[in-house]
Amino acid sequence: MPRDNSIKKVLVIGSGPIVIGQAAEFDYAGTQACRSLKEEGIEVVLVNSNPATIMTDKDIADKVYIEPLTAKVLEQLIIKEKPDSVLPTLGGQAGLNLGMELAESGFLEKQGVRLIGTTAETIKKAEDRLEFKNTMEKIGEPVAPSLVVENVEDGIAFTNKIGYPVVLRPAYTLGGSGGGIAHNLQELTDILENGLRLSRVGQVLVERCIAGWKEIEYEVMRDSAGNCITVCNMENIDPVGVHTGDSIVVAPSQTLGDKEYQMLRTSALNIISELNITGGCNVQYALNPESFEYCVIEVNPRVSRSSALASKATGYPIAKVAAKIAIGYTLDEIKNAITGKTYASFEPMLDYCVVKIPRLPFDKFITAKRTLTTQMKATGEVMSICTNFEGGLMKAIRSLEQHVESLRDYDFTGLDDEQLDEQLGKVDDRRIWVIAEALRRGFSYEKIHDITKIDNWFIDKLAIITEMEHALETEELTEELLKEAKRIEFPDTFIAKLTGKTADEIKALRKQYNITAGFKMVDTCAAEFEATTPYYYSTYGVDNEVIETHPEKKVLVLGSGPIRIGQGIEFDYCSVHSTWAFKNAGYETIIINNNPETVSTDFDIADKLYFEPLTPEDVENIVDIEKPDGAVVQFGGQTAIKLTEALMKMGVPILGTKAEDVDAAEDRELFDAILEQCQIPRPAGHTVFTTEQAQKAAHELGYPVLVRPSYVLGGQGMQIATSDEEIAEFMEIINRIAQDHPILVDKYLVGKEIEVDAICDGENILIPGIMEHIERAGVHSGDSISVYPAQSLTQKTIDTIEEYTRRLAMALHVKGMINIQFIVCNEEVYVIEVNPRSSRTVPYISKVTGIPIVKLATRAIIGEKITDMGYKPGLQPKADYIAIKMPVFSFEKLRGAEISLGPEMKSTGECLGIAKTFEEALYKAFIGAGVNLPRHKKMIITVNDADKKDAISIGRRFEALGYEVYATRSTAKVLQENGVHAIRVNKLNQEAPTVIDLILEHKIDVVVDTPTQGRDKTRDGFLIRRYAIETGVNCFTSLDTVNALLTSLESTAKDELTLIDIATVG
Amino acid sequence: MKAFLILEDGHVFEGTSIGSTREVISEIVFNTSMTGYLEVLTDPSYAGQAVCMTYPLIGNYGICYEDMESKRPWPDGYIVRELSRIPSNFRSQGTIQEFLTKYDIPGIAGIDTRSLTKLLREKGTMNGMITTNENYNIDEIIPKLKEYSVTGVVMATTCKETGHLAGDGFKVALMDLGAKNNIARSLNERGCDVTIYPADTKAETILATNPDGIMLSNGPGDPKECTGIIEEIKKLYDSNVPMFAICLGHQLTALATGADTHKMKYGHRGGNHPVKDLKSGKVYISSQNHGYVVDENTINPDIAEVAFINVNDKTVEGLRYKNGNVFTVQFHPEACPGPKDSGLLFDEFITMMESRRK
Repeated sequence: MPRDNSIKKVLVIGSGPIVIGQAAEFDYAGTQACRSLKEEGIEVVLVNSNPATIMTDKDIADKVYIEPLTAKVLEQLIIKEKPDSVLPTLGGQAGLNLGMELAESGFLEKQGVRLIGTTAETIKKAEDRLEFKNTMEKIGEPVAPSLVVENVEDGIAFTNKIGYPVVLRPAYTLGGSGGGIAHNLQELTDILENGLRLSRVGQVLVERCIAGWKEIEYEVMRDSAGNCITVCNMENIDPVGVHTGDSIVVAPSQTLGDKEYQMLRTSALNIISELNITGGCNVQYALNPESFEYCVIEVNPRVSRSSALASKATGYPIAKVAAKIAIGYTLDEIKNAITGKTYASFEPMLDYCVVKIPRLPFDKFITAKRTLTTQMKATGEVMSICTNFEGGLMKAIRSLEQHVESLRDYDFTGLDDEQLDEQLGKVDDRRIWVIAEALRRGFSYEKIHDITKIDNWFIDKLAIITEMEHALETEELTEELLKEAKRIEFPDTFIAKLTGKTADEIKALRKQYNITAGFKMVDTCAAEFEATTPYYYSTYGVDNEVIETHPEKKVLVLGSGPIRIGQGIEFDYCSVHSTWAFKNAGYETIIINNNPETVSTDFDIADKLYFEPLTPEDVENIVDIEKPDGAVVQFGGQTAIKLTEALMKMGVPILGTKAEDVDAAEDRELFDAILEQCQIPRPAGHTVFTTEQAQKAAHELGYPVLVRPSYVLGGQGMQIATSDEEIAEFMEIINRIAQDHPILVDKYLVGKEIEVDAICDGENILIPGIMEHIERAGVHSGDSISVYPAQSLTQKTIDTIEEYTRRLAMALHVKGMINIQFIVCNEEVYVIEVNPRSSRTVPYISKVTGIPIVKLATRAIIGEKITDMGYKPGLQPKADYIAIKMPVFSFEKLRGAEISLGPEMKSTGECLGIAKTFEEALYKAFIGAGVNLPRHKKMIITVNDADKKDAISIGRRFEALGYEVYATRSTAKVLQENGVHAIRVNKLNQEAPTVIDLILEHKIDVVVDTPTQGRDKTRDGFLIRRYAIETGVNCFTSLDTVNALLTSLESTAKDELTLIDIATVG
Repeated sequence: MKAFLILEDGHVFEGTSIGSTREVISEIVFNTSMTGYLEVLTDPSYAGQAVCMTYPLIGNYGICYEDMESKRPWPDGYIVRELSRIPSNFRSQGTIQEFLTKYDIPGIAGIDTRSLTKLLREKGTMNGMITTNENYNIDEIIPKLKEYSVTGVVMATTCKETGHLAGDGFKVALMDLGAKNNIARSLNERGCDVTIYPADTKAETILATNPDGIMLSNGPGDPKECTGIIEEIKKLYDSNVPMFAICLGHQLTALATGADTHKMKYGHRGGNHPVKDLKSGKVYISSQNHGYVVDENTINPDIAEVAFINVNDKTVEGLRYKNGNVFTVQFHPEACPGPKDSGLLFDEFITMMESRRK
């Protein structure tokens, strides 16, 4: 069937801010889909509230709306733009839910707009728990005994019938939010109450627990003619019980025979046919490891995280094909873009093994529970490709950038056998490390399998790794042994550690024995057909397949690795744009990255894609083959920056700002010298090593002070101390990890925080705009609400900022990007941080100013001058709009995590509010972040002593808005004394009802709680905040944020929003 | 022990010996299935060939004897990247290492199978030798390799005596040209009473039993070599008894009715080949194993029409004969290994027998 020509204008719904469970994979899917539609001459209107995405670029869609993703906004947008169709299946659960809402309300029908990609009936059949169950029963596909309940009593009654443990799955939530496994009545009641509240339709599925079965997924596609294919199947190493997003996953399945493989494949095709899906779909199974019994766990009638992984694992572009199917094409009409010869109606065959490991945020949330459950916790993931599983696992481990390169890096040697037994039973992110330790101690496979339920095949592979560790430690390092160690991808550094040699010695030995990595192609067809797409992975003991190229200029762009807090999708945006800019300038471009969720690892972004870990050794293997003329590191975040020195050693010139200048910005002494030379003030400070020195420094500077280790990413370990006790506490935390560098103690200035991204060509600078943070200094810039253009600066301050930026860029010999953070305190401008690289705010500020920052920076790196690019140097004129970047958090997914904001970054994503007025922009930003008020018009306020004064006006303003204000004892007293009719509630240790009971009534809109310092989890404040988050209450820990919220609630802007096409800005 | 794979173009791959250590000369082909290695090993169509698995990790779920597609493995040699150290599956009854040794099949592991596959793709199917002799003399070996051709394999693989699967439905005569078990099983599952005949059975013998339908199986080798069988098939065709044929059976029927076949550059072997039903427009993912193909422009339009084509290379994948009683496919609706999507073709055969009876 050729394409449906009645489809001329399509609204594509994006997935919104990055949160746990819904990350960069939808930028990848959406970008691919938009390009695929545009290629067909279809006008594409895109809506997504996330400004850090590539899909929201004006070159990806014809019209781009970075607006809150609510039904109301979408209705307004549909009326304005009049698309004939809406494509909801590429924007994750968020997009799907919105599409569903518009269809169910009858709005789409009224407007004569249709859903393409999938119908509302299909979505309902797959997503509604009861309909899904009925549908599966109708076609004879087994599901675990289950019941959809709408209240706790029914849940208990059903569980009593089928027995504990049971799995609880709320309907219509992403990443399994609010779900879990209950082993007893207490757990059942807790999870059920929470799940019912989080579900959009107030339904939770109570299901027989099939934990311990194999978890298998199939990615399937179907077209409107009914043709079906499976793109890929995947096996979770972690059996059922751990969310697939938190599991180590291997593709294709390894422990299934053809009978099992085909049984589930046939089932998946039956399901996609019965659901009448046109596009991509993901089916998850639990397979009894002792029989052919299986259950369908879940069906996602859309592209998903798993489909992004399957696309990268096979080379089959699922989102692109799904978009073509949505406009009418059948699979046999769509060319396979990798081979250019075959068609989309075939099934990829892999001749390698793919391993995915989730990136979990426990390094950021040290108090959060590490346990992995059916509630996803990972912020991102890494993927690796190798011809054997052990090698794939080793490559993936070192891609994580979590200070791990082997199965020895989480140390469990301190546990005795009994404790190790117990640890094996704990399902957390370090489980394979625990198993490795058990194997070293000689635990039998059977014992490990009995406890973990992990298949023996995987346990044996882990054993092969630990046996190799032992061999390297005890045997002579022969050519054969070294070859075998490299075959399973032991990095040189690890071999060196085990053999007592240096990494350079190992490298020399490899050269001597001619043990080098070869590169193979990912071609969808196991070499059956010729492929021309240069998508490569490395493996040892093979011929090299890389097609040699000798272009005039060749550049290496280093990606940013897995998405984690502090280094998000923004850096992928920068890497991709830089790649495109180099391409435009006539360079051959090579991307190295290991993140399957991203646009940068799509095979048609760079001229060549290497899916590899970003370590010096892995990069060098590529450099040896490609011999690039230069590498660019300033767009790939800290991951790429960290490789600078190694690249220089390999003889690869760093394009743009020189390595020594990057170092000068990070090294405290060098940086101080530069500031002095530029005559720019910074907050006074000292470098210290011990707690005593730190306390002495604090006394000299006067409290409060900022304490932090040097050389950190995303403010890790940074704290504001107000007393000697706190200094002692923070120093203890910092020193848990041995510090090579001194610890910094700086005067903490309470002032406005200002941020600037600038481009420097070596002579001139270009500042697209100045951003001001709503939260005062002390809250990490990534967690602050950022306003462009800055609202409260005097012209003199603005001039100073421009001048300081110029001086710093010149002094650091910046070529390309620089990001500077300032504090403005009493009209005085201080510099607090300089990063001579691209930053998190670049995509946002590019979009709202219309200035293609990365493109210009790349041209500056190549040697062009700002004046030649058509820009006047210096600060650019303000845009006509106010644009506000709002941080978005995923605290509800991380049990036990401290949510209060501070110098360490905690947000996972961001959304944008853009409007003609500050109030409207602010309102849009809050709505986009999911703060949609008022609802019950009740709020709780409980603040520390320092904030009591400021709390008064907050209380007054809420009261003026018609809110009932509740407050704990001392806060209530202050409020009452100042005319606020605050209702006093008891603290936790007082008699019931307490503040917690109030929160659990689910009638509270807002909790304002400013924390006392410290990480003590037993404190009232911590519990109040956790309860608020876990019951879905908006909880704020900075009064500045609350004031901004009030401003937005008080404004009348919300009555009528103006939707702005970003493509017309600038 | 070291093993070597020597190709007729002079390429040598060094690896480790698996299974038997005897020396063997064979035609080298590759299969892209990611599961079903035992079904591949026991598919008689591989007689005379050494098969290279493109999926690198083989043996993961061990050997389960009930999954065998015939009574023994047929390839002359087995080429893999890596064999699993342990098998892991609830049905596993042994390792592939033991299996190869038991049936005296020589093999080689640890070679760059992708490199080999690319060679075969680029240069076409080649002959090769698997040997454990480190002192091989390549100049002596290459002429021998060039000389080798796959012959007499149908008679080597077919059953020696008539077999029978009882059923209370249609009486089907299955001509075993080197059949996979699942063909008979697929018919039997649909109620058919299946009698399995050796490949050299005369048409008269079969027709004398008055079958409701005739099934021609898959099988190994060059179809044009089977001149005697072609003669018999001609008679079966003329009898107007409904007939369904798979793979070699499909090729032989085409030859019997005047069309021609030719050897493909490297064939289709795997479980992912899209075939399009030209009547319905529907595309099925099919299991395939063939090195020869029916020549499209030798098909007499008065006798047969192309019913299925391969979506990738547009080669003939199935023929529907104008007499209304015969249809044949190049691919394997019986699957094992591979997708069962086209299993409904057996139902179509049943329907054909039904309408004939009416």
